[in-house]
Amino acid sequence: MKMIDGYPDYMMESIKLVEKKRDYNMKHPVKPMSMKEREDMLSKYHPDYMKGSRRELRVGIDKGQIFYNGIVDLLEARPILDPKDVDLSKIDYDVDLLIIGGGGAGTVASLFAHESGIPVEKILIVTKLRHGDANSMMAQGGIQAADRPNDSPTLHYIDIYGGGHFTNKPELARALALDAPRIINWHENLGVMYDRQEDGEFQELSGGGTCRNRMHSCKDYSGMEIMRNIRDRARNLEIPVLEFCPIAELLMDDKGQVAGAIAFNLETFEYYVIRAKATILATGGSGRLHLSNYPTTNHYGATGDGLVMAYHVGANLLDLDTIQIHPTGDAFPEPIVGILSTEKIRGLGAIPLNANGDPFVFPLEPRDVESASLIKECKEGRGIVTPTGMPGVWLDTPMIEIIHGEGTIATKLAGEVRKFKRFDIDLTKHPILVYPTLHYQNGGVEINEKCETKVPGLFASGEVSGGVHGKNRLMGNSLLDFNVFGRRAGIYAAKYVKKAKIGKLTLSHLDKYNNMLDSAGIKPSKTAPILLPEYRGEMAISRSLDIF
Amino acid sequence: MNKSKQILVEKSNSEKGKNKDEKIKAIEVEVFIMGKSYKVPAGLTIMKALEYAGYRFVRGCGCRAGFCGACSTVYRIEDEQKLGFDLACQKVVEDKMYLVQLPFVPASKAEYDIEKIKPSDTVLLEMYPEIARCVSCNTCTKSCPQDIEVMKYIQMAIRGDIGRCAELSFDCIQCGLCAMRCPADIKHYHLSQLARRIRGKYIDPKSKNLSKRLKEIDNRKYDDEINNIIKMPKKETMELYNNRKIEAEETGDLGGD
Repeated sequence: MKMIDGYPDYMMESIKLVEKKRDYNMKHPVKPMSMKEREDMLSKYHPDYMKGSRRELRVGIDKGQIFYNGIVDLLEARPILDPKDVDLSKIDYDVDLLIIGGGGAGTVASLFAHESGIPVEKILIVTKLRHGDANSMMAQGGIQAADRPNDSPTLHYIDIYGGGHFTNKPELARALALDAPRIINWHENLGVMYDRQEDGEFQELSGGGTCRNRMHSCKDYSGMEIMRNIRDRARNLEIPVLEFCPIAELLMDDKGQVAGAIAFNLETFEYYVIRAKATILATGGSGRLHLSNYPTTNHYGATGDGLVMAYHVGANLLDLDTIQIHPTGDAFPEPIVGILSTEKIRGLGAIPLNANGDPFVFPLEPRDVESASLIKECKEGRGIVTPTGMPGVWLDTPMIEIIHGEGTIATKLAGEVRKFKRFDIDLTKHPILVYPTLHYQNGGVEINEKCETKVPGLFASGEVSGGVHGKNRLMGNSLLDFNVFGRRAGIYAAKYVKKAKIGKLTLSHLDKYNNMLDSAGIKPSKTAPILLPEYRGEMAISRSLDIF
Repeated sequence: MNKSKQILVEKSNSEKGKNKDEKIKAIEVEVFIMGKSYKVPAGLTIMKALEYAGYRFVRGCGCRAGFCGACSTVYRIEDEQKLGFDLACQKVVEDKMYLVQLPFVPASKAEYDIEKIKPSDTVLLEMYPEIARCVSCNTCTKSCPQDIEVMKYIQMAIRGDIGRCAELSFDCIQCGLCAMRCPADIKHYHLSQLARRIRGKYIDPKSKNLSKRLKEIDNRKYDDEINNIIKMPKKETMELYNNRKIEAEETGDLGGD
């Protein structure tokens, strides 16, 4: 196969069409869809509307609800922990506040819990991998906050609610919009280096489904810059973090409160009993479940554990009948398939084009609509198919420098440049090939404005929670989400801790759950949560022995 | 076990079918993981090659997309003198590659309260005095998987140019390879974290729009507006949404900055 500038020659032929029509395409943009057109596009091409991707749950508090198959599989699996294996009389960690998850939501929660009066030695963060190994670190595009004079938190609220198809919990969407400017200010005080104009005002871009330009960014490393700052703050305060110790199940007490959790040391295989007056679930999302067989942008530990353990103690779940596929996952070359190319690329003016070099969608529709349009284009044969069989459409990145001038890509999309350079692709010269990839868990454990779940003692924030975004999240609202609700979880959990009294510890909820599975006639062959995905080669697995 | 084998056979058959016209046979390369030889398909990243060979990661694997710095890898190609440094999730395997992953970098970090730090020319030297021992060997720069000019930003730090140090180091993913290689035991990635925080907090100019908006929010300017929308019948909210003006569309400038 002959390669030219990183692309096989047959793909380069299509790129020539893109180049030829570039001027015309830039002058003749596609208009945004009407609500009716959006609905029509979604119902025909989005996986949320496809037959066979979802089914009815047969057990627990949400019995009868429709969720994605991969989520139902986990909820109908046997709890991973056998209560008989655990001695609850010996407490390994006795704290006021347990935070499950060392990503954005968990770390922010720890900082505000401490500020609200919990001493650091009474806080414990436990995390599956390292502190900061999280989707928060990977977010590229930016964070929304309505602070420009032509914008307002009210407009931000309307965008959130409409983008979520009016299914969000309004009080959570209100909190997200109203708290946003305060969060940006908090970041400034921590030392986050936001992209600014010379006069100090923020450089703010547009995002899919937003009516004003309000996306604040730190090059295309926005999440990393925010996460590094809050983690550095936590490290300076010496907030205790237990790494490589995922939580296997939550603990309860005889009063029906959540009272801590059982951690599992991934390296020694020991368990630890953690007693806590309050517990914040901040375990993140579930991209590594590969729902509907999509590749994912998510980090290695995003296996939906939080949903499972919360469900085992009786917390209810929202909107898991939807997934967010991000329109612009990488489709070529093969080693980066599924990795994200940030929405900021479209925010800066790049337009999606088909194999003939023709535009087919307004570049900044909400993510679900944009993704469905890309899928349609490929299904109807106007996509480009890579040598490994992956379909995709072009995202015409050279347009960015025609609009904003030479050098824009190098300064604003440094991470993207670095990623493609490894494969000899220069995105200032040639477009990149994209196809939707599994990106975000829209729903999750239902919370209220104080991040309380249905179960006393259990709080949730960040991607694991449900209700903030309804059935579709807009770009720039997840970095915002973990800050707004991480903060609230920390503050309200600290308040709760002052009055909480823990009774006798128990894991009897797991026995109860097993009984529910039995009486529903479910015979699980698997256990959950799964802790880490399985990516070993099939040959290696087929020959592995369980004798050591 | 049999079931997995079955899947494997089915998969390879279907792949054969797919490539009937243009038969692409998987080309294999030999890699040495901790010294042991394995054959893996060409074109895989180091991370996927290790998994293909049967490794299940606990350490050495994080975001799998080049942002978290968990998968620092040292490698050498057979018969070559030089060691190579990269991220396992980004670097594609080459034939005869010897691979080692670094599980953890135990580098010390200065502790500080950013509120009490003074952004003086010497603050970085005070917090990390070992930067004065830099011998300008440039090994840090050569070991950086992000191609950052690490030595240059250390020189900026010594000179007291916090702003440049922050700017040059901005793309750092804190994998720690620089610190592992440095003959002077400099903790580059911790030092530059402090430089960036000082710049973000004390040096960059602030937004006036933001302070105005914060005052408005404190005075509850938007509470009633939003609450009124929450109380509206859904149909009216939908109309409000449909009829709102899209700035990016109006200006025809999707970029907006």
